[in-house]
Amino acid sequence: MAKTIAEINEKIASGNVCVVTAEEMSDIVDNIGAEKAAKEVDVVTTGTFGAMCSSGVFLNFGHSEIPIKITKMFMNDVEAYSGIAAVDSYLGATQVSEKLGIKYGGAHVIEDLICGKEVEVVAQSYGTDCYPRKELTTTITLDDLNQAIMVNPRNVYQRYDAATNGSKKIIHTYMGELLPDFKNVTYSGAGILSPLSNDPTYRTIGAGTKIFMGGAEGTVVGEGTQCSTASGYGTLMTTANLKEMTKEYVNAASFEGYGTSLFLGIGIPIPILDAEMAQATAVRDKDIEVSIKDYSIGKRDRPVVRNANYEELRSGSISLNGKDVTTSCMSSFKKSRDVAEELKRRIVAGTFLLGANTTTLPPKQSTKPMKETNKTPVVRDVMGEKVITVDESAGIIEAAGLMKQNERNHVSVLSNGKLVGIITSWDISKAVADGNTDTVNACMTKNVITCSPDETIDVVAKRLTEFKISAIPVIDSNQNVIGMLTSEHISKLFTRGKHE
Amino acid sequence: MKLKISFPEERVKSPILSEVIIKTGILVSIVSSHVDSKGGEIIIEVIDKSYEAIKDEFESRGVAVQLLDTLICRDEKECVDCGACISVCPSKVFGYAEDWSLTMDTQKCIRCGLCVGMCPHQALSIDGTDCE
Ligand code: SF4
Ligand code: SF4
Repeated sequence: MAKTIAEINEKIASGNVCVVTAEEMSDIVDNIGAEKAAKEVDVVTTGTFGAMCSSGVFLNFGHSEIPIKITKMFMNDVEAYSGIAAVDSYLGATQVSEKLGIKYGGAHVIEDLICGKEVEVVAQSYGTDCYPRKELTTTITLDDLNQAIMVNPRNVYQRYDAATNGSKKIIHTYMGELLPDFKNVTYSGAGILSPLSNDPTYRTIGAGTKIFMGGAEGTVVGEGTQCSTASGYGTLMTTANLKEMTKEYVNAASFEGYGTSLFLGIGIPIPILDAEMAQATAVRDKDIEVSIKDYSIGKRDRPVVRNANYEELRSGSISLNGKDVTTSCMSSFKKSRDVAEELKRRIVAGTFLLGANTTTLPPKQSTKPMKETNKTPVVRDVMGEKVITVDESAGIIEAAGLMKQNERNHVSVLSNGKLVGIITSWDISKAVADGNTDTVNACMTKNVITCSPDETIDVVAKRLTEFKISAIPVIDSNQNVIGMLTSEHISKLFTRGKHE
Repeated sequence: MKLKISFPEERVKSPILSEVIIKTGILVSIVSSHVDSKGGEIIIEVIDKSYEAIKDEFESRGVAVQLLDTLICRDEKECVDCGACISVCPSKVFGYAEDWSLTMDTQKCIRCGLCVGMCPHQALSIDGTDCE
């Protein structure tokens, strides 16, 4: 027989509730089956602790003696949006400091506030008859604010992609440092403990669901931004009182070469209404799929290198292109467990009651890409399509002949049809001047930097500058050379005006 | 033990390391090296009892030797046990314990610095500050 949330809350109030964590529930359902588990267990607690970039706080400062209608505000040099009435602002976690850059940002101001530290506030205005003051500097602590309400537009992603790097150089991303040539994989999310993976059809999670958030009791506002339930990437908008949060569950972070973010602990209690919910919460790491994507490709749709599940990722290494690659988690499983355990403790103690969701997430919703009216051209639009190649065993005279005949300064070098190098007119001049008239193989550059036809020109232009090269072979997904992009192609783009 | 050998700009071109090895007959394994026209830094590992002898030899050639007794260290108050550092370390210094807290085998550290940039919580350092 099905239970209701009201009945579960009565059990919580009377101290007779049975609460287990999502990890424990998987074993229970395996042992006694979903039907029986649904009778015995009332609530399953989930938990996650990781970077939630889309986080921030609404702050109310109260009115100054001579009132001000704040139009621009900085807190410890981090800008907080203040285009909301006179003395309210929204401080976002990823806004970075004007002076310190990505070492310190909104997330750090939030952590400082929680720790009771003083924060400097500098505000400006144009002044009005009713709000005459134009400038203000003060120092506040969390206690001085009337309200500090965390409202996070997009938290608790249902699924995360894992990241790797197929390029030749280390890249810095919100998934951490990714080593060249697929040498590491980083992933996020709590797998077996992940809130939305334990209720993947969002039966019990929606507006009104009560949650554990940063140590405080919070609520789900409703669907989060970029919520894409159709593809299994659901998100939630969440809120809780910053004044009730603790540093234990809220941590500022700075990712090298990327920026700041807020690590936040969120736990969602899942009411076990019936056997279907019991079955849903029996999910394990091996049931949750993750796509490992190549983050070196600067495009919205990054290529999937392979699919994996959390069990494989958590084992510490995974096979990529036939090699064992070390994996790292960007969110803390230990702290995710702490969150699920703490939420369980509060429910058992009767201090945390469940909230019934008044709406559910919109099913079958997908996310549109941005409408761009001024498109950046991609490599395919600009590259030289006539492919000139030479075999690595050819003599340099042959390569020089090809260059002259085709008026090129760069030729791709192949071995068995695959790209193995690039030879330039400069390489040939050097070889001749040194008295070498060897094969192409002996004079070419072997570590070739390449690009794909779908990458945008600005991204590839940056790569040319970075590696101090003037041409880059364009290869398709099968590693076949399909063109060459040179700095000349790029400069032509500008002289001929805007590209359509 | 690990030692940091710092070459000044004007000595970069001389084969000092080889001279010292031949002269002292001490076995040296090179852990890492960064040398360019502005000077160089080589991290080497030698057995403990060779330390004094090899130090004297380098110093007599105008090359500074620093004992690296502070390898990687972690500020436990800032660490959240995510494990992000695990996959970038070339020496497998980091790992997970049974309860998913971070473990460290500090002695394996070669001071490459990769994990310092990886840690989102700025909990790792190799400059000896913040260490117990
Ligand atoms: S400095 Fe390098 S070797 Fe040492 S722990 Fe960090 S990544 Fe590993
Ligand atoms: S990356 Fe930093 S916070 Fe994460 S486990 Fe390593 S030391 Fe701790």
